[in-house]
Amino acid sequence: MIRLTNIEKRFGDLTVLKGVTLSVAEGRVTALIGPSGGGKSTLLRCINLLEIPTAGTLRIGQEELSFRDGVPPAWREIQRLRRQTGMVFQNFQLFPHRTAIENVMEGLVTVQKWPHERARERAFALLQKVGMAHKADAWPATLSGGQQQRVAIARALAPSPRVLLCDEPTSALDPELSGEVVEVLGRLADEGTTMVMATHDLRLASRIAHDVVFLEAGQVVEAGSAQALFTQPKHDRTKRFIATLTQQGQHGEGV
Amino acid sequence: MLHWLTLMADSLPSLLWAALVFTIPLTLASFALGLMVGLLSAVIRLFGPAPLAVVVRFYVWIIRGTPLLVQLFLIFYGLPSAGIVLDAFPAALIGFTLNVGAYTSEIIRAVIGSVPKGQWEAAYSIGMNWNQAMRRTILPQAARVAVPPLANSFISLVKDTSLAAAITVPELFQAAQRIVATTYEPLILYVEAALIYLVLSSALSALQLRLERRLGRYGGFLEAKS
Repeated sequence: MIRLTNIEKRFGDLTVLKGVTLSVAEGRVTALIGPSGGGKSTLLRCINLLEIPTAGTLRIGQEELSFRDGVPPAWREIQRLRRQTGMVFQNFQLFPHRTAIENVMEGLVTVQKWPHERARERAFALLQKVGMAHKADAWPATLSGGQQQRVAIARALAPSPRVLLCDEPTSALDPELSGEVVEVLGRLADEGTTMVMATHDLRLASRIAHDVVFLEAGQVVEAGSAQALFTQPKHDRTKRFIATLTQQGQHGEGV
Repeated sequence: MLHWLTLMADSLPSLLWAALVFTIPLTLASFALGLMVGLLSAVIRLFGPAPLAVVVRFYVWIIRGTPLLVQLFLIFYGLPSAGIVLDAFPAALIGFTLNVGAYTSEIIRAVIGSVPKGQWEAAYSIGMNWNQAMRRTILPQAARVAVPPLANSFISLVKDTSLAAAITVPELFQAAQRIVATTYEPLILYVEAALIYLVLSSALSALQLRLERRLGRYGGFLEAKS
């Protein structure tokens, strides 16, 4: 359902993605793992076009867009693809001047022009889904990190995206708080939400991901089912990296 | 002493009238227009095409770098030589608007820039375009931070309108001057004028505090104790 073909991203002289090709099937959860600076976040941001790839082709559902160096795509084209996605950020990035439920309603009301009442109903249902209905009228500043991230997940889901992108959704949270986020994402995965997530959190990846892509220095080193990659990695490099994640997991889960 | 009080009481109506008809409208109108100029200038500096941003920088440079009084004289006494004749009030309005615009453009540029980039990204990620992100996400957050420095500009402006006296606008200070010319009581009259300016700017200070609290009600800011 999502297909990246030869996605390349350069920032000046620095090439962050060196021709990444991967696909994500509908209803599957793919975890991008790999060392910091390896291109996970950039790859994720190339899917919703917060970064415009330098070259390559991006396909989400029926929508496709090709990139050529130096030719920025039209805004309409960007919006066409971006509307297929929802994004959860490492630092939540809730709108601090809007209450929890207003955060979730924002895309529906402002972008999709839903009537206020209908948007409120859908937002409330989504807050219930992430276990935050009791804080619907709270300001983000009064919520814990885990609560903020759950509201952010509801906000990302509000416009019914085809794919939920999660950029290190648990790494700003302590193990206990990240637990509640993992649980919510796990439930979404069980319901068949298509997801792509960049993560260092082994608990998150192993609990939720069907597929894992190991990315280093802008290239896919190894990709496969979570089961295969975590238990029998083919490459030495993958093996070593997963070993470090496991060690961290023993010292205190997550990073 | 009694003589002073009588003088104050007698002159108060004319001074208040001058404040009501000239000082206050001039302040409000040039601040409102100046804010628009400032917002536009800030947006051009941050997001506009480079040549236009250079023009705006030039405008800010000229206005901030020359005395307000000189600018007012140029507009009112200088421009007629170039064939542009303006009445005193519009000349003052233009002068103050340009001035407010230049100073507030720097404030607005700074506060827009102070909203974390992640907020733009969050807005884009739910499908907003630039306009929607700016209007719904960035400006409301920037506004809270902008209140104290904008209040500075506003309060300066109230007092600076006294310069319009020099280009024949019969505002508060000029009204005081005129009464001094007939009564020869500069001390009393200028103290009285100063007190009226003080009352006006105090009202703005109070407004500032209320606005800060209102715009910052979502929390996450250090608030002034008083």
